[in-house]
Amino acid sequence: MSTPLLQVKNLCTSFNVDSGEVRAVNGVSFNLDKGRVLGIVGESGSGKSVTAYSIMGILVEPGRIKSGEILFNGEDIVKYNKKQMREFRGKRVSIIFQDPMTSLNPVYTIGNQLREAIMLHTDRNRQQANERALEMLKLVGVNSPEQRLKQYPFELSGGMRQRIMIAMALCCEPDILIADEPTTALDVTIQAQILELMQELQKKLGMAIIMITHDLGVIADMCDEIIVMYAGRVCERGTADEIFYNPCHEYTKGLLRSIPRLDTNHARLIPISGSPVDLTNLPKGCAFASRCDNCMKICLSELPEELDINDNHKAACWMNVRQVYNEAAKGGNVE
Amino acid sequence: MSEYLLEVKNLKQYFPIRTGWFGTKPLKAVDDVSFAIKPGETLGLVGESGCGKTTVGRTILHLYKPTAGEIIYDSQQITPQNVHNFRQSMQIVFQDPYSSLNPRMTVSDIVGEPLDIHSLYKTKQERADRIAELLGLVGLNSDHARRYAHEFSGGQRQRIGIARALAVNPKFIVCDEPVSALDVSIQAQVINTFEDLQKKLGIAYLFIAHDLLVVQHISQRIAVMYLGRIVEMGDSDEIITHPAHPYTQSLISAIPIPDPNIARTRTRIPLEGDVPSPLNTPSGCAFRTRCRYATEKCAQERPQLTEVAPGHTIACWNPHD
Repeated sequence: MSTPLLQVKNLCTSFNVDSGEVRAVNGVSFNLDKGRVLGIVGESGSGKSVTAYSIMGILVEPGRIKSGEILFNGEDIVKYNKKQMREFRGKRVSIIFQDPMTSLNPVYTIGNQLREAIMLHTDRNRQQANERALEMLKLVGVNSPEQRLKQYPFELSGGMRQRIMIAMALCCEPDILIADEPTTALDVTIQAQILELMQELQKKLGMAIIMITHDLGVIADMCDEIIVMYAGRVCERGTADEIFYNPCHEYTKGLLRSIPRLDTNHARLIPISGSPVDLTNLPKGCAFASRCDNCMKICLSELPEELDINDNHKAACWMNVRQVYNEAAKGGNVE
Repeated sequence: MSEYLLEVKNLKQYFPIRTGWFGTKPLKAVDDVSFAIKPGETLGLVGESGCGKTTVGRTILHLYKPTAGEIIYDSQQITPQNVHNFRQSMQIVFQDPYSSLNPRMTVSDIVGEPLDIHSLYKTKQERADRIAELLGLVGLNSDHARRYAHEFSGGQRQRIGIARALAVNPKFIVCDEPVSALDVSIQAQVINTFEDLQKKLGIAYLFIAHDLLVVQHISQRIAVMYLGRIVEMGDSDEIITHPAHPYTQSLISAIPIPDPNIARTRTRIPLEGDVPSPLNTPSGCAFRTRCRYATEKCAQERPQLTEVAPGHTIACWNPHD
């Protein structure tokens, strides 16, 4: 067995603020193989973006990685110094952000910003970098690319800017592309264009993608594997089919129940009650216990371990443990 | 008496945009929009950003003075002079629950302000009771009244906004993207609150949103807007199952469906390019620059809303199924 491209092991990232320690990511582990698309879903504050920022090494003060390993091709990048990190970032792993309006520099032209990334990571000269930039713009389907190179971000629409961001992220042919809510700020028709583009590029260039979003619709369309996060922990993971058709964590079940469907029966939505937990003051047991309809005694006192449902599905919920016991008990009665 | 609570006829809202030193040019945010809402009904208004849906909502309430057109509430025309008489009947819930509540006011001040303005109470006790009742209606606790807005989560703040709108017993509420700033699990709570209130109090909604899944869930009828005009209007189920306008068809095919099997098999109808600038809308049909079926006629003449099925109207020269 070859080692996975990226291994995140027991990652803990915290922010020390006046009111205490905000445990944004709390023991997250996952593997990512070459050319796979991994989806991370969760609500705001579930730690999905912070996980991505930890991998990229772009945590903002006072955030820091408290413990855990991030292995890229077997090398721990948490131990990298600044210079190594700078070489790694953008070249091996790159990121596209949610808001294409604020993630481009408003005072430099598109060409300038694309060239910067290319010249920093490859030994191309200005002329060659320009050619590469042009090639990238064509790849992401920007019309009249020569003209775009000379334009400033404010002259472009949101969808166009997100295409530029994708071009910039891919211009050094990274092994992993992290997409942090890439389409949240865009309209549905533009969103469809961008998602289609990402799928197409993924097939063409074969990079792995980590897709971070709160939109279950986007995830269903794009991902091979899905991780569902809640309060800094992974609560369920598995293939897209397993997560959508056989959800085994109460939170995932609740999420799937609470979204409106495109049908005509207008059934009443079943919301998840309560509101997300305070990350400075995490409960002792399962973080979702206070909002869970099937909360048991053990949920309040002990943290559930991730349990295998089948070969490509794991969930961290005490309900599954109970089910296993019940089934075993039933089996015993028959005998 | 008409059967409609609110009628909007040929509403236009142009904003003057300065071009150079002296010239101005009208930005046609809303261009000739007509619709009507029955008492206790929800009309969903969808469209991409910049299509004028929020402007429609605000113009109805005379938060902007309309350039042309009539707004008729309960058979009386609303004018800038008499709009104050209608403030008790029509209210609005804003999109952003963070910026639409005054951070220096307690919840009881925020919810009580409409009561103060319209003198809807005689004694202090009556005011406090009414505030507690309103908070109860939207699923908040009466203890919350003494707290400030920043102490609440997004979903709770949106409930405060709804309680404020309900304070004057309106018969019609403009809901301007009320759930788009909320998390998925909280969205469902707020949508259910809107539905419960409608059942209990018989309020009519103009529900503005860009999320078609949410709009089709809550609305009886849907109007689809593109560049300041309504391109299709009809029964919500009819629009979702049999969209007739090419724009609506693309819009519906672009919704990400949270179901992997459907997502893998269905075909999208891609739309090329971006929405044209509303400062220079294309001649004739505004959608023709991105339309697959556009012909010469589309460039010359502007299509009017015509009926394709009972209660289902579209503005298109070449409708396809």
